[in-house]
Amino acid sequence: MKILRRFLDKIKPSFEKGGKLSKFHSTFEGFESFLFVPKTVTASGCHIRDSVDLKRTMSVVVLALVPCMLFGMWNVGYQHFLSAGDTSQTLFSTFLFGFLKVLPIIVVSYAVGLGIEFAFAQVRGHEINEGFLVTGMIIPLIMPVEIPLWMVALATAFAVIIGKEIFGGTGMNIWNPALLARAFVFFSYPTHISGDKVWIADGYSGATPLSNAPAGLSDLPAVSDMFFGLIPGSIGETSKVAILLGAALLIFTGTGSWKIMFSGIAGALAVGYLFNAVGGGNSYMSIPPYYHLLMGGLAFGLVFMATDPVSSAQTETGKWIYGFLTGALVVVIRVFNPAYPEGAMLVILLMNTFAPLIDHYVVAANIRRRRNRVAYRAKQNKEIPSN
Amino acid sequence: MSRIIKIRKGLNIKLKGSAEKVLGTAPASSAYAVRPADFKGLTPRLCVRQGDEVKAGTPVFFDKYRPGIQFVSPVGGTVEAINRGDRRKLLEVVIKPDAKNIHEKYEITDKLLSSREQIIELMQKAGYWPFVVQRPYGIIANPADRPKSIFVSGLDTAPLTVDIAFLLQGQEEHFQKGIDILSRLTEGKVYLGLDADDAASKLNRITNAEITLFTGKHPAGNVGVHIHHIDPVNKGDIVWTMDAQHVAALGRFFTTGTYSAEKIVALCGSKVKRPQYYKITTGASMRAFENLIDHSEDTRYISGDVLTGTNIGKDGYIGFYGNRISVIPEGDKYEFLGWAMPRFGKFSASKSYFSWLTPNRLYDLDTNLNGGERAFVVTNQYEKVLPMDIYPVYLLKAILAEDIDRMEQLGIYELIEEDLALCEFVCTSKIEVQAILRRGIDLMIKEMS
Repeated sequence: MKILRRFLDKIKPSFEKGGKLSKFHSTFEGFESFLFVPKTVTASGCHIRDSVDLKRTMSVVVLALVPCMLFGMWNVGYQHFLSAGDTSQTLFSTFLFGFLKVLPIIVVSYAVGLGIEFAFAQVRGHEINEGFLVTGMIIPLIMPVEIPLWMVALATAFAVIIGKEIFGGTGMNIWNPALLARAFVFFSYPTHISGDKVWIADGYSGATPLSNAPAGLSDLPAVSDMFFGLIPGSIGETSKVAILLGAALLIFTGTGSWKIMFSGIAGALAVGYLFNAVGGGNSYMSIPPYYHLLMGGLAFGLVFMATDPVSSAQTETGKWIYGFLTGALVVVIRVFNPAYPEGAMLVILLMNTFAPLIDHYVVAANIRRRRNRVAYRAKQNKEIPSN
Repeated sequence: MSRIIKIRKGLNIKLKGSAEKVLGTAPASSAYAVRPADFKGLTPRLCVRQGDEVKAGTPVFFDKYRPGIQFVSPVGGTVEAINRGDRRKLLEVVIKPDAKNIHEKYEITDKLLSSREQIIELMQKAGYWPFVVQRPYGIIANPADRPKSIFVSGLDTAPLTVDIAFLLQGQEEHFQKGIDILSRLTEGKVYLGLDADDAASKLNRITNAEITLFTGKHPAGNVGVHIHHIDPVNKGDIVWTMDAQHVAALGRFFTTGTYSAEKIVALCGSKVKRPQYYKITTGASMRAFENLIDHSEDTRYISGDVLTGTNIGKDGYIGFYGNRISVIPEGDKYEFLGWAMPRFGKFSASKSYFSWLTPNRLYDLDTNLNGGERAFVVTNQYEKVLPMDIYPVYLLKAILAEDIDRMEQLGIYELIEEDLALCEFVCTSKIEVQAILRRGIDLMIKEMS
């Protein structure tokens, strides 16, 4: 590694201010800090610092997404061969089929997103933010497999520029960038993200459980298929097992908030049971509440997107409220709005919008407690006259 | 039975090089310094010249805006140098000790001890007033104020923990006297926070103060945490605090009448050959300790603890406040793909490293920043290490926006840097929390005066 280090030290000066390649300073810095933890030492405050940094944190999230990605690749192949009636495929050939379908989407998402990030970092004179490592992975996982690559590129560019960079980059954005990418496709090219044609590769059609759900229980796949993920759907969202694995890692490392995940599930179940109890003309209202967790993108959204620390509620009390409302509203939209078979995407974006409001009231309560303390003391002083 | 407060949030950072409970006499120092930078927000006015003879306790500079507050020479000798920085800012007054080492003496009468005003006046004149630190802001107290209470912390929980009971061993009477003096300065109570896990400590027998026992992780020993849980600082409140060793020194002064800047510090950290306690005189030069330190690699010399202390360099002078000198390796080294490696030897409060597997292991941490500065991203990280009902990120954002009202509403009066030091340590985004807080405090002082 010394050779590499020596090489970097040699070319470094030309990237610094005044150097020939100073236009690419951020890019160089990005690659250098990717290869080597910089030798920067603490200058103020604490002399020692925790080993964790944003690269590490984001790597954990990417790692948590890997089961969903691998299973998604396999499922793309599985769904394809199932529709084609081909039963001769091995595990490997099934995976390979999906791998070749999904890989280009991942590559396009990363290439476009990171390209824009690098450009913005350079113009602003910032270091490159690691946030897109996660976004770039989530975008492919919430797209249908038949999405054209140019659309992935366009959606990613929209998400990164309009969703993030205009606010100032990672940490400043209001909405989850990956969901914005999906929302962009949803509204701009609706036929490519809903309907029956897009979920299974190479022209075979198959409806997702969500689009069948309004017709009632009879049209839905077996619970075990939905749990293990052997159903059509966006690439990464189908297997609840893979999502649970990811959730376990996020919760264990403290990277994702268990409060949001837990209260989100509670919210979905609560509203689901409420609808069961009310009953009524809509047969969607009477499906068992836990089906909502197994169908569509709710589980994936709750674990990987509603927990995005930047766009979700940031106070602990706020997280309970935010999570609960997310879960509850997803079920409400699914059941009452047939125009949007999947509520998770729009609900999380909506709740992202309201997260600062929730936090505002939580912080206001803290301010009130502090103010009341003064009032309480003033009252005490009046009762006991000081000598 | 004293009240016990259990601090549930916080973090103990276990480092190599804790001081053994052995007291040695420090090697003689060839120079001593008084540094205005040790005192937050001070504008000094010099009152000695190079070559002047001073006694231990002779003023060398005073506070420009409160001229009564004097800062005195720790030893007797001659003023060797007056070092200035940019724009002639006074950096340090260096005193070369002489063999005579004469100390200033004052007459302490019972009449004096019965008058609050006379006690305060003498403390200012004799150079003891800078011991009194006020909340809000963590600056030297205004002698004209009447604090609602006075807090003394008798336990230390910061990394490379110092045993305060050991520092005060044999000084219990002076400590009691100091507490008695403090109780004259407030109409409220003097609160003494002690270690709940050290029931045998002689400090438990101290009278004239309300004793509260604390247990839990760092920052359970921070006086700010004690104040927050016992008698929080509201808008308009003034609370005074004093370091436990300073209380004993104050008691010693009011018993003997002789100025003395002696104190005990722990020389600790992984670069110290034999970490232990030393009796020193405040302001001694780091050079005196040269032979006790392992010079095999770049080293950082910190007056104070590793979270809040000052980087004084190998030729620097030991600061006015604080009970230890921490010496740790510098971290100016590259590490190949460090962020992606398992890094078993690294410590992290987050579980993305493996230090949670070995909770009792001692770590040899260096000064590497371990990443680059970013915007706030991760949430609920600061809250886990701050045992106060305060939203630190919202407060820091209010400071960055210079929103005075909001800073006040969010509790800036209750905090000084050491209270948020752990937040800075654990921060994924490497935000300079302590520096931002001080900027906010400075702004408050400016706007509120």
